[in-house]
Amino acid sequence: MAESKYTFKDFKSDQEVRWCPGCGDIAIMMAVQKAMAKLDHNKEDYAVVSGIGCSSRFPYYMNTYGFHGIHGRAGVLASGIKTANPKLSVWQITGDGDGLAIGGNHFIHEIRRNIDLNIILFNNQIYGLTKGQYSPTSLFGQITKSSPFGTIEEPFNPGELVIGAKGKFFARSLDNKVAETTDILVEADKHKGASVVEILQNCVIYNDGAYKAITSKETRDDNQIWLKHGEPMIFGKEKNKGLILDGLELKVVKIGENGITKDDILVHDAKINSPYLHLALINMNIEDGFPVAFGVIRSVEAPTYETLLEKQIKDVRAKSKIKNVDDLLRSGNTWTVE
Amino acid sequence: MFALGMVYCIFDRPLGHSINFFERKFAKKPEIAEANKKVLKDGFNYAVTIHAMPSFRVHTATIEKGTYRNINGNTATAWGLLAAAEKANLPLFLGSYPITPASEILVEIENRRDLGAKAFQAEDEIGGIVTSIGASFAGHLAATSTSGPGLALKSEALGLAVITELPLVVIDVQRGGPSTGLPTKTEQSDLFQALFGRNGESPLPVIAASTPSNCFYYAYEAAKIALEHMTPVLLLTDGFIANGTEPWKIPSMKDMPEIKTQFVGKDEKQYLPYSRDERMVRKWAVPGMKGFEHRIGGLEKMKDTGNVSYIPENHEIMSIEREKKVEYIQEKVPDLKVEGNADADVLVVGWGSTYGHLTTAVREMNNEGKKVAHAHFNYINPLPKNTNEILSKYKEIIVFELNLGQFAKYLRMMHPNNNYEYYDKIQGLPLTVTEIKQKVNQILEEL
Repeated sequence: MAESKYTFKDFKSDQEVRWCPGCGDIAIMMAVQKAMAKLDHNKEDYAVVSGIGCSSRFPYYMNTYGFHGIHGRAGVLASGIKTANPKLSVWQITGDGDGLAIGGNHFIHEIRRNIDLNIILFNNQIYGLTKGQYSPTSLFGQITKSSPFGTIEEPFNPGELVIGAKGKFFARSLDNKVAETTDILVEADKHKGASVVEILQNCVIYNDGAYKAITSKETRDDNQIWLKHGEPMIFGKEKNKGLILDGLELKVVKIGENGITKDDILVHDAKINSPYLHLALINMNIEDGFPVAFGVIRSVEAPTYETLLEKQIKDVRAKSKIKNVDDLLRSGNTWTVE
Repeated sequence: MFALGMVYCIFDRPLGHSINFFERKFAKKPEIAEANKKVLKDGFNYAVTIHAMPSFRVHTATIEKGTYRNINGNTATAWGLLAAAEKANLPLFLGSYPITPASEILVEIENRRDLGAKAFQAEDEIGGIVTSIGASFAGHLAATSTSGPGLALKSEALGLAVITELPLVVIDVQRGGPSTGLPTKTEQSDLFQALFGRNGESPLPVIAASTPSNCFYYAYEAAKIALEHMTPVLLLTDGFIANGTEPWKIPSMKDMPEIKTQFVGKDEKQYLPYSRDERMVRKWAVPGMKGFEHRIGGLEKMKDTGNVSYIPENHEIMSIEREKKVEYIQEKVPDLKVEGNADADVLVVGWGSTYGHLTTAVREMNNEGKKVAHAHFNYINPLPKNTNEILSKYKEIIVFELNLGQFAKYLRMMHPNNNYEYYDKIQGLPLTVTEIKQKVNQILEEL
């Protein structure tokens, strides 16, 4: 990569950051700013778009073009901007409430259309801005202000939704992993199409410790697996655990046990079109004895909406006799009164 | 074809139009063209032979010279947007969701890839308007088309366009309501929704087309107001004129009025996104313009800078400035004209698609020796400057509309000094000339 024109500080606006001290959003913003400094776009070509929620205040803190929209509509706002001007690098900031509840419809359709957007989904499994109601990713049975006796709803797994919506790019990261998140965001931007990056984000006020089992010092090495395209799926403190396919199911194995060698471990292929293994990786969870998958899980090339649209415009223009509005007005059946 | 030939004879019209049509349509099958011509002429000759003469003669209308075409209101609306985009030198973006009776606007723009227009069929009505707001932020002439229930869904986003002060054209092809109502029938009952159907103080200009062909000019005008005043504009048409077709003298683009966009000068040193000119209009800077990076959004913003602000006095200032911005548009609104007999005691008032029936009824009554005046509104908010000057001249004002008196109530609110008589019809049908005349006659007798 060529020497960057920018440092992350160039992307900070002069507005006071109003997130709670210790909020995961602050680290995520740092990662976004670092990613932007690493990428080749000019600063004026970034548009950062959001809906409503804690994370959606994001655009105000960025020294780029920004649009703080209305609740749930970041996806369509971003889609309109990118379709209008495909040269822009458009970043959609959304949360589990904004993106998956009120904005769920737009979320699946922007993915299905494969518009070239970077969709950053801050998943804290709670409504923070409205002070602690359950969200579509809150755990079954979770006690919150609006579920005093525990939720009776099955939560979404955002990655599963992405696959279901024919998504071509899905990555997962953790708020406190700034370096890893930065690299993932750079990859997301370089990927042409709708790139969804789910970031597990800790809400220190209303859902503190939601990801403790994943992030705590004692358990994190066994409960996280960081996937890299072309590399074996190995994890654990001793780097001696891995994933294999047992029939149609993933299975955790120990290298050196039962005759398992490193060569038996699955090699991650993010670029394979079949979503089968990607879905299995997305669904791994600690309760079933698996580590949670992080990194770029799926990154498949496909034509994007806006390039197909531009191509249609070019093709139709070349063939059509109608070159301007005067031609249009005089097209078809006309008659002259003399 | 035989019957058509007879009709030509009865109404004393030359056969050329149909003969030309056969020759064009069946250019590759001349025997079919000849067969049609023969039967057409046979019908004509038969009518001559049997002396099939009507009791009156319909004279050929004297029509202005020029090139004509048939056009319906939805096509005219779509083409008006395309014309405005070309004149303003901007690409056109239409975000929309199919809905009766507005879908043809979306279809028409989808067909105009050759003019570089981008139509985006969204997943819902909200997606339709919000993609358009995004495209407007990105510097396009943006529009969204819908009907009543769709406008209801777009309300929150319309407020976003009001507070961000982005240009946007919203077309509501009205139909019978409430709820799903009478989707295929015509009505004018979205007027209050257009004027007031949003949360907060949320003013925007509302205009209405009144014939199928003038949908072209009012769509153009809506875009011109939006771009020149940095505001969403609501254009009301309805099922009657949207699907109605009429001959239209084709205009020339060179005769269409200029549209001045409000882009910030590239050399300007400091950009304050919410600093205003004397008409309260802000400047437009779009992503890709170097040095003008700024943030906008749905939260109240500080005067000039556009930063988020909860300062009480600032909210009041901004609310008043947004209101004034719409009021200033009145300067550009053409004066209200009076048709029929301007010296009459009775003024027939209408707005939008009732124009054809009202003008016919008033003309017939004046021909019958009665004195009736007619004023028709295309600009609803702001109203023309001379509205009250005209209205206050008449002893009786009868407001005809296809709802339960929304425009009459609005006029009473805006100009309470006048007495307004209502004539409301809410059957999903247009007015008829007979019922208009009946009502006016009744008022004339009571005078």
